[in-house]
Amino acid sequence: MQPILKLNNISYSYHSIHGEIPALDNISFDVLPGEFISLIGPSGCGKSTLLSIIARLETPEGGTISFYHPDGSIHYPRIGYMLQRDHLFEWRSVYKNVLLGLELNHKLTDENLEKADEMLRKYELYQFKDKKPSELSGGMRQRVALIRTLVLEPEILLLDEPFSALDYQTRLSVADDIYTIIKNEQKTALMVTHDLSEAISLGDRIIVLSERPATVQNIIPIKLSLEQKTPFTSRSAPEFKSYFNMLWKELHHE
Amino acid sequence: MNELSKNQISFLQEQQKRKRHIMISKLCILFLFLGIWEVSANLGIIDSFFFSSPSRIIVLLIEMMVDGSIFHHIGITVLETLISFFLVVLISILAAMFLWSCPRISTILEPYLVVLNSLPKSALAPLLIVWLGTGMTTIIVAGISVAIFGSIINLYTAFIQVDNDKAKLIYTLGGKRFDVLKKLILPGSIPTILSTMKVNIGLSLVGVIIGEFLAARAGLGYLIIYSSQVFQLNTLILSILLLCALAMLLYQLLCFIEKKYTH
Repeated sequence: MQPILKLNNISYSYHSIHGEIPALDNISFDVLPGEFISLIGPSGCGKSTLLSIIARLETPEGGTISFYHPDGSIHYPRIGYMLQRDHLFEWRSVYKNVLLGLELNHKLTDENLEKADEMLRKYELYQFKDKKPSELSGGMRQRVALIRTLVLEPEILLLDEPFSALDYQTRLSVADDIYTIIKNEQKTALMVTHDLSEAISLGDRIIVLSERPATVQNIIPIKLSLEQKTPFTSRSAPEFKSYFNMLWKELHHE
Repeated sequence: MNELSKNQISFLQEQQKRKRHIMISKLCILFLFLGIWEVSANLGIIDSFFFSSPSRIIVLLIEMMVDGSIFHHIGITVLETLISFFLVVLISILAAMFLWSCPRISTILEPYLVVLNSLPKSALAPLLIVWLGTGMTTIIVAGISVAIFGSIINLYTAFIQVDNDKAKLIYTLGGKRFDVLKKLILPGSIPTILSTMKVNIGLSLVGVIIGEFLAARAGLGYLIIYSSQVFQLNTLILSILLLCALAMLLYQLLCFIEKKYTH
């Protein structure tokens, strides 16, 4: 299968008056369409920067990103980005928050509004659409944030520790929700996390980055013998523990 | 409505009592003050020529209401204050937006803003008279000059303190820098804008009174200066009391607008 996105030798440094800190060093990997990739690495290794580069919010100092569409079109893939916190705007209703991206892109067409309604209905948020974000639970807010991204029909979804602001219980169920939505909508996703269990239970492949300056240390395909994979069921798969140990060793250089 | 428990009812009654007690105490202080003032003026303990008395002030107020002159003076001061207040709000929002859009210019201008803000603006008033003459323009500019720099600094500070990640969100959704201003910074800064406005209305009034001291033919500030020069202490004290009431009224008006907007 052709990769939808291909990173070739991406390099990046942080610059300040105190000096230059190399952050990313020749990062290369492929992302296949429909795949869910977990990106792990020691904290501060530049994982979030890598997402910013893919989203074209930052320009790499070296290397290129190539992309491919099965239908032959040549636009850079539309990128959806989910940040650590939901950043719903309190002065907007839930519905207005969902429409923010459409507003910014001047795409408030009837068709798109219909789509937004449909997604809110499908993911059980429609009855809360006129509420203020503060009236929603953390999990619901995260779902709203995801729908806000999805109504723009991104081809690739970037998730930057999307569950880290939630408490553990909520985290498990929201991970399930978000994963189901992403798979349902058949999106390609790239998730940064520092939670090993999360990386294994959501990812089809795990890319392990080394300490700064980050290089790709290993790419581990995850194969769990499960009838139906959800983040929650993954945790009880027989292979889960050995993957966990393997990743632990990767990160701690044992 | 649910049936309230006995304890809840007694708690609510306790709260009511407390509230009433505070209200009564507030009024007591006022009436006690006015009472002592009136009595000591009548008994000659204080010289009523210099200190006036509540009854003399009320009589004067009624006289001036009958001939309408007091409304004229109050009206002029309110008008000048409101004009300078609206100009302050408008100019400072625009200036803060401009500074936010050009970080380099804002860094360059920062020391000048700080100096202008810490300068006692009453020092400017004589200069304004020379430049602009005596009249309403001078007074309005004086009102603006007192409030504007602090207002710009406050708003600009609020604008740049907006969460960077929220701005990043706008960019990830395909927005441009102008969208960050329009969709995030302006709507997100409304509470700051409103609280800055509350400070500004008072400062504009201060500036207007300073201006009227020096360059007016009407207004409460003019009345204060004029009556002090001709030793009409009744008029002087009445004007100060009216100024108190006006300041409070304008502030309450802004509080009301703020409440209405945030809910």
